[in-house]
Amino acid sequence: MKTLILSAAALTLAGSLSAAAQDIVRLGTEGGYAPYNFLNDAGEVDGFERELGDELCDRVGVECEWVTNDWDSIIPNLVSGNYDAILAGMSITEERQQVIDFTQGYTQPDPSVFVAASEDIDLETAVIAAQTGTIQAGYAAEMENATLLEFATPEETVAAVRNGEADAVLADMAFLVPVTQNNSDLMMVGDQVLIGGGIGMGFRQSDDELRQRFDDAIQSMKDDGSLNALIEEWLPESALFDS
Amino acid sequence: MTCTDPATLDGLAWLGCYLTTGKHLSFYASFGTVLLLLAITAPTALLFGFGGAMAARARLAPVRFLGKTYIAIVRGVPDIAFFLFFVIALDQGLEYLRHHVLCPDWDQPVRQGSDFVVCDIAKLPLGSAPQWQHEIYGYSLAIVTFAIVFGAFAANVLYGAMMAVPRAQLETAEAYGLTRAQIFRRILVPQMWVYAVPGLSNLWMVLVKATPLLFLLGVEDIVYWARELGGTKNPSFTDYPHGDWRIWYFLALLVFYLLLTRVSEALLERLMKRLTFGQATTGGAAR
Repeated sequence: MKTLILSAAALTLAGSLSAAAQDIVRLGTEGGYAPYNFLNDAGEVDGFERELGDELCDRVGVECEWVTNDWDSIIPNLVSGNYDAILAGMSITEERQQVIDFTQGYTQPDPSVFVAASEDIDLETAVIAAQTGTIQAGYAAEMENATLLEFATPEETVAAVRNGEADAVLADMAFLVPVTQNNSDLMMVGDQVLIGGGIGMGFRQSDDELRQRFDDAIQSMKDDGSLNALIEEWLPESALFDS
Repeated sequence: MTCTDPATLDGLAWLGCYLTTGKHLSFYASFGTVLLLLAITAPTALLFGFGGAMAARARLAPVRFLGKTYIAIVRGVPDIAFFLFFVIALDQGLEYLRHHVLCPDWDQPVRQGSDFVVCDIAKLPLGSAPQWQHEIYGYSLAIVTFAIVFGAFAANVLYGAMMAVPRAQLETAEAYGLTRAQIFRRILVPQMWVYAVPGLSNLWMVLVKATPLLFLLGVEDIVYWARELGGTKNPSFTDYPHGDWRIWYFLALLVFYLLLTRVSEALLERLMKRLTFGQATTGGAAR
């Protein structure tokens, strides 16, 4: 028992000594937004942002841990310190920038698209499904005659269209492309919608130094083309960065 | 049986592989998470409730006031609001205290915009701590919050139960010259359970069903995994593509909760029988 207490004390001491350098960075994600982030069969975070995040951590020289969190509380839990950064397919918007700070975008602005179960949906008056707290939900709420139906997870927005609860779902194209490819009864309808300014990593506003280091790492991945390679692998329909 | 290429399998072999993926193992483990939470929270909440009830009927006015305020406030605030507010407040409160003790020379404000900034060594758990420590910490916060919320309801139930013990019993004890503490311990508490158990068993049932609140705190419970596993799986991102299977997973949860309810009811009924034995109540006297 005594050794247990002693080793616990030693652990605590070691913990407080290394804490200053912040060598473990915790990355928060949603884990339900393939191909950006999802849980693979082993139950681990996988996807574009998993590979990107791990590479960025390598370049910054820190060890990273992945944490999944509900989309609804993903910003509050960052601000209160449950994790240190968000990589969750989160578009950079002015509204979010009032609460957290973003790095530069690691994707080009991705268009949003509507997906419906039939070609002849009149989007003007349709019932539109979108995930709560997304730019798409904001956009659909502004559509004058359409009705917005909000859901907690991306999966539920698609399910709502499939079971007829909603006429169409509005979400990022990169998310909906694989959905339509594997569902012959779902198709893209209407025009693309250009909202959002690309996806960036979110940090607490007081964590400027850490954000700067990750921002530099993103820049270096843009410069050597490795970011484009990742985008081509995971988001084949999305625009690349000019190098 | 090998699960390296599930696409070539079918029927039971496929299902066997599918149900043993790492993700499913996490799902099964989350049943343990939930049961452990219940096993720790229920007695802790009862303790809080007992303290609350004792405070609410204390002779000292400030203590009584404290007990009644606790019961009134926590019962009045919706669980979900309490969960979002209290956990953050508790976490920041602890960090603030540590910050003051450990970093007296800190000159920056603790509140910067929407951020709460304390020095690195005051963080709980430390920024460098491994993931499991963060998980245990989050889990403990969840248990404390659950205990406080359900403790307030339990306090009210116990308060009522203490009031329901026949006055004649206490008077008799007084006549025998027992002190107040003795009466409380030997007469009041043993007799109040029979009035408290129906209310407490209600509370237990509500607690059993309240565990999905855990995911608000980042603890992955059974409802989270059922939703995650049941959702449509795309062949590009998994070896086990399937359609929307949420209904099957939620059906499994339904069965689990019904079983848990049934077992609890049986146990509570036995407990009730024991407690009413020889008591001056219909349950006890009628036999």
